[in-house]
Amino acid sequence: MSNEQSMRRVTAIRNGTVIDHVPSGQALRVLEMLGIAGETSVPVSLVMNVPSKKLGSKDIIKVEDRELTQGELDRLALVAPEAHVAIIRAYVVAEKLSINLGEEVVNVVRCTFSNCITTNAREPQPHRLRVVSRDPLHLRCHYCGRPQDLDELVKNAL
Amino acid sequence: MTGLITMDDLTNEEILSILDDAERLLPVARGELYLPLLQGRILGNLFFEPSTRTRMSFETAMKRLGGDVVNLGDVKTSSVVKGETLFDTIQMVDGYTDIIAMRHPRQGAAQYAQDAARVPILNGGDGAGHHPTQTMLDLFTIRQAHGRLDGLKVVLAGDLRYGRTVHSLSHALTRFGCELIFASPDLLRMPVEIVSDLRENGATVTETEDLYGSMGDADVVYMTRIQKERFADEDEYARCAGAYKLDSRHLDDVKGDMIIMHPLPRVDEIHPAVDASRHARYFEQAFNGVVARMALLCRLLGVTVPADVYAEGGVL
Repeated sequence: MSNEQSMRRVTAIRNGTVIDHVPSGQALRVLEMLGIAGETSVPVSLVMNVPSKKLGSKDIIKVEDRELTQGELDRLALVAPEAHVAIIRAYVVAEKLSINLGEEVVNVVRCTFSNCITTNAREPQPHRLRVVSRDPLHLRCHYCGRPQDLDELVKNAL
Repeated sequence: MTGLITMDDLTNEEILSILDDAERLLPVARGELYLPLLQGRILGNLFFEPSTRTRMSFETAMKRLGGDVVNLGDVKTSSVVKGETLFDTIQMVDGYTDIIAMRHPRQGAAQYAQDAARVPILNGGDGAGHHPTQTMLDLFTIRQAHGRLDGLKVVLAGDLRYGRTVHSLSHALTRFGCELIFASPDLLRMPVEIVSDLRENGATVTETEDLYGSMGDADVVYMTRIQKERFADEDEYARCAGAYKLDSRHLDDVKGDMIIMHPLPRVDEIHPAVDASRHARYFEQAFNGVVARMALLCRLLGVTVPADVYAEGGVL
């Protein structure tokens, strides 16, 4: 099945964002990380486990009437760093956004360790997680040094 | 080098060089020689958690070297109780002092403080995280007894889960190629991520509940207290308390030069009868806290310890 056919499994959107090449089975985690899981006022369509030349199989998400911000792209980098993001305006791709996972993830998520100094919400310094390895993704808190569980991290998006 | 937050801030060469400085400063630490290398410098002691040895030995170290100390005092009477953030406290003390020694109940607090400060931070313990100045005095004590750090067999026993001293020490000993045996009740095992880090760094690690059976060919037995204050559950504490009680009869078959260490305070994990044995080193270890911290204060403040302290110092 071609990429185009995969994309057409759901209706084309007029305005919004298409997130393609999401690792298979990760779409729900992506939505949770972006804060658009559960109740949301915008229509969201997703297809899961469709064939992909690049990944073998993949998920695709379409969010209508909403364009991802840089902050949301940073969060996306933690769960789907290889995803392709396209902004759709009037049914055409208006912009392609790139996801960059740098050496450090700053003010995107909070450390998951309950006794980390950063759990005090009044402390003003940035939340910083170091990227220890990319594939598989391993992160450690810059302050307490604890390794981060990605499933828990999803709940700690800022 | 800015501060000392974890042992990763020091190379092996720097560790050995600081231990050499500490060795030379022994007569100053004993009060036999006056050497005011840090005259005019002020240490800020910020202890947000109780401390006896670490706080006092920092204070003694600074004063033996002619420097001065200001203390945060009791947290209950400081601005912390009014809700001041650590960031704000550091901004203030940073302006008052040349270097800060800090202990805090939250893990990562020392790095957080270092990022907020201009002056060097010496981590005196952050939650169950790191305690590198303790590690330096532990390494000093081990080298004093065995003449080397490399290739020793070290048993670490007791509370390995919450004990920050054993976390920092394990990392440092691994870098010197020591073999590590972790003896603890199952509930207090060394955290999985630390064991995994150590193994990734080439450590030979054995985990056991049998302390006494592990001591036969050990060069060092490092005891720790089961820390009641770290348990959220009283029942769990009751199940672990008194797990190990080292007494003289356990020393019959150990190596002649094996040393017993303990960061202190102890409860009942080492019987007082052991104090008189040739193996006991914990009180010397506590004294070594002064000399190790003197050397660290000099290093972080950029002050060179003279090769011949007697030529530079005056007799008291």
